[in-house]
Amino acid sequence: MTAISTLPTEPRGKRPTRTFAPATIMIYGILLVAALYYILPLYVMIVTSLKGMPEIRLGNIFSTPVEITFQPWSTAWTSACTGLYCEGLKVGFWNSVKIMIPSVIVSILIASVNGYALANWRFKGSEIFFSILLFGAFIPYQVMLYPLVIITRELGIFGTLTGIIVIHTIFGMPILTLLFRNYFASLPTELFKAARVDGAGFWRIFFQIMVPLSAPIFVVAVIMQVTGIWNDFLFGVIFAGSKNVPMTVQLNNIVNSTQGVKEYNVNMAATILTGAVPLLVYFFSGKYFVRGIAAGAVKG
Amino acid sequence: MSATTRPNTIFKNLNAKVAAIPMIATVLVVFIGCTLWTVVLSFTSSRSLPELTFVGFDQYARLFTTPRWNISAINLGIFGIFTLVFSTVIGFILAALMDQKIRFEGAFRTVFLYPYALSFIVTGLVWQWILTPTFGIQRVVRDLGFETFTFSILNNQRYAIYAIVIAGLWHGTGLVMALMLAGLRGIDEDIWKASRVDGIPIWKTYLFIVIPMMRPVFITTIVLISTGIVRVYDLVVALTGGGPGNASEVPAKYVYEFMFRRANLGQGLAASTIMLTTVLIIVIPWALMEYRGGKQK
Amino acid sequence: MRYSTAFAALAASTILITANNANAADLEVTHWWTAGGEAAAAKVLAESYDKLGGDKWVDGAIAGSGSTATPIIVSRILGGNPMGATQLNTGRDAEDLVKAGLMTDLTEIATKEGWADFIRPSKLFDACKYEGKIYCVPVNIHTEQWMWVNPEAFKAGGVPVPANWQEFVAAGPKLKEKDIIPLATGDAWQVNLIFNDMVSSIGGKDLFLKVYRDKDATAAASPEMTAVFEAYAQARELADPGYVGRSWNEATSLVIGGKASAQIMGDWAQGEFGVAGKIAGKDYDCLLGLGNNPVLNTGGDAFYFPKNENPEVTKAQLKLASMLVSKETQVAFNLAKGSLPIRGDVDLAAANACMKKGIAVLNKLDNVVPSVNQLLSPDSKLEVEDLSKEFFADASMTVEDAQARFVSIIEQAQ
Repeated sequence: MTAISTLPTEPRGKRPTRTFAPATIMIYGILLVAALYYILPLYVMIVTSLKGMPEIRLGNIFSTPVEITFQPWSTAWTSACTGLYCEGLKVGFWNSVKIMIPSVIVSILIASVNGYALANWRFKGSEIFFSILLFGAFIPYQVMLYPLVIITRELGIFGTLTGIIVIHTIFGMPILTLLFRNYFASLPTELFKAARVDGAGFWRIFFQIMVPLSAPIFVVAVIMQVTGIWNDFLFGVIFAGSKNVPMTVQLNNIVNSTQGVKEYNVNMAATILTGAVPLLVYFFSGKYFVRGIAAGAVKG
Repeated sequence: MSATTRPNTIFKNLNAKVAAIPMIATVLVVFIGCTLWTVVLSFTSSRSLPELTFVGFDQYARLFTTPRWNISAINLGIFGIFTLVFSTVIGFILAALMDQKIRFEGAFRTVFLYPYALSFIVTGLVWQWILTPTFGIQRVVRDLGFETFTFSILNNQRYAIYAIVIAGLWHGTGLVMALMLAGLRGIDEDIWKASRVDGIPIWKTYLFIVIPMMRPVFITTIVLISTGIVRVYDLVVALTGGGPGNASEVPAKYVYEFMFRRANLGQGLAASTIMLTTVLIIVIPWALMEYRGGKQK
Repeated sequence: MRYSTAFAALAASTILITANNANAADLEVTHWWTAGGEAAAAKVLAESYDKLGGDKWVDGAIAGSGSTATPIIVSRILGGNPMGATQLNTGRDAEDLVKAGLMTDLTEIATKEGWADFIRPSKLFDACKYEGKIYCVPVNIHTEQWMWVNPEAFKAGGVPVPANWQEFVAAGPKLKEKDIIPLATGDAWQVNLIFNDMVSSIGGKDLFLKVYRDKDATAAASPEMTAVFEAYAQARELADPGYVGRSWNEATSLVIGGKASAQIMGDWAQGEFGVAGKIAGKDYDCLLGLGNNPVLNTGGDAFYFPKNENPEVTKAQLKLASMLVSKETQVAFNLAKGSLPIRGDVDLAAANACMKKGIAVLNKLDNVVPSVNQLLSPDSKLEVEDLSKEFFADASMTVEDAQARFVSIIEQAQ
């Protein structure tokens, strides 16, 4: 079991001095070509969203806009139509925020306590439950979809905000619990033992010792959950209910409901807007994001 | 720890047990309960609503004679193999290049990894736009003077699934690169020194020394990608909608459609049980191996 | 879009008003009427309902076609979070939900108002019955056996406007030469509609009934059915590759704009012609039964009312049900939707040339068949759709292979 905090992220050794050797040129060449492939779709999205429809029809998708217009962006945000309603993507945006914030908080709260119990307070059977939980991360969602509809119906939370929060908490649990368990296990046990000797109990140790020491891992967890929940589509379609349709679902609706001509520029602006939140999280959190990914790969 | 020697075993560590209730409930009710429910009901003739009329393997018999399922399964195979091979190979090569103490490593990593932050819906819609024959790559190349150039994989039932592969690779290769890079950084510097002293060419060092050493990283990566592959759903919905015809259908879509649209729950559950079995075939050997590896440590 | 804005305003005001009105209910109505003409028709219903006072229509439109909307609607009812009322295709999509007792029983009001006396054809009403009770309200008759043609496009192609399928096929190559798409169509259900149309139009009424009603595998294997598949193979040749991912109203606008010469689509396409200000018989024309066999099926839309715990909602449901079959609503709604009213006793002087053709057939009844939605279970119906869309997308699939698969689908059909 590798604790993620020990993963080296920087290359060791000195920077190379001979920058123009043929091998170096080849390395940079390949990397640049690859980078181009990755960057191109983002570029295409952006330029398309800044063009007017006549320009799109005449030009090609890679050309830079002759006349930059922000109209598609404002249309996408305020007046794009999903069915009969034309209130734009902002509806879905706020729905996603409404779903995301409580889901992130609840799922992390529960998973961190789980992880803490598993790392420091093992009880009979705790490891078995944990193994099955991890196994659960691999079960295709489709297997659990219909029974979950029944369960949420019986609980009276199908199609409600509570319902979708519960669903996100359940499906975020395996990976988050793993993340926290491994992190807490990597903390020096002396801390824990000393607190025990002082007579501190389960919750006091958690809140006064463990949580303050764990800021980085909480950041990683938040990043993982924010992007994961924001990008969800399947659960949003089924469990969120028509009043809480998340942004990804609304985006798909907007792009697929055409009244008259397809407005590609508006569609692309809407697509960027939907991708903006996880992208911003990604760009600003860089290293933590990579850590979260690495954590996902660390085996229990 | 038998009950006779510790009569208060239930109350021991009570707080931890209380704290673990959500986890225990999730495990028992969702991961075990729901899965068993699905498997059991897949042997019934349930229509819109679950009912307990058992019909043996009828649903499975129908499943494997339904062209749409067979197309879905084959598509999953194509998508799976291409995604596995290409993302592992490209991911590893990129990671190896990134590990050459290059400048701007951070910038490159940011570029390779950002698609992974985007949802499959966004990924699907972007690639749909780029691959649209009337505006996308085909049009661009034609405008350059190659007027007979054809690249309309979205409209061609034989190639539509490869559009999903292309978009999927764009989305996920960065992740593989990041995992591989972490793995490469875990290789002892002395190995490189030793191979340099012995005059072994770099590519040979990678192929015969480094890659075998990174076996655990490769296996973890492959398991992660594989379970993602079995789940693929949103990407297909956004990029092709399963079309043209049924040419890019996948099992996850089949399940959803039979559950909620075709009023044939039994059939949908049988399909999802097959999906589960596929995942188990991938995960169980891996889990056993990990377990044994853990014992050896 | 005009309508949609009005609608949003309507919905917003609804919330304000109902806050002060404790006895009235908000009735959430789901449907997939989102294209221009359809939206106009939905607006007619919403406005008439709100005019009745008290209860309010809260619009729950779901974008995309029935293939996207039906699962969402069904899963909501199954999930115990039902809407006040929902549109579905008249047929068997809600059969199991009715059997499970999830729908409000409308028998009382139906008997009181004597629905059975004026709803025609009576077969249409049968789709709403289960064990002698009434569970849905058909609101319109949609006929699907139409080919909409733009005479200008044929003129531009230098060919006469065809009178039947064979002439249309003959005109295909010349139209293609002039860069006109002979047959505009779109994804999945649209090509399946073409196929089912051909069963009755090319194969005739008897073949249609034998195959879909009697599930007669011999008929499915007959040479008549082979002819249907051959015509369908011709349709495959006449469509452009860009049909993939195209919505039906985009295809209609290709015909309206003269970029395509024809579209095989239900009568709701008229709503789009209407919104574009085109006149039937002049700017566009219609071939009933593709000009071959003037057989119409009586599909359409029906409203279902999922059971609800709130008695106010149940009252509001019954009120909507009664309004939907009323004369005034039937006229205004069907004119906007391009469909035919479910009652024979209303004045349709405003009907256009194409609608009149349809009414004439409908009044005679000999050439009226139930829709595939009514005859096949959702499962079997979509098996046929799977086959037809695969065949359409794959030019290498032969007529023999397709027919063999069709026979086995009909053998197992329910």
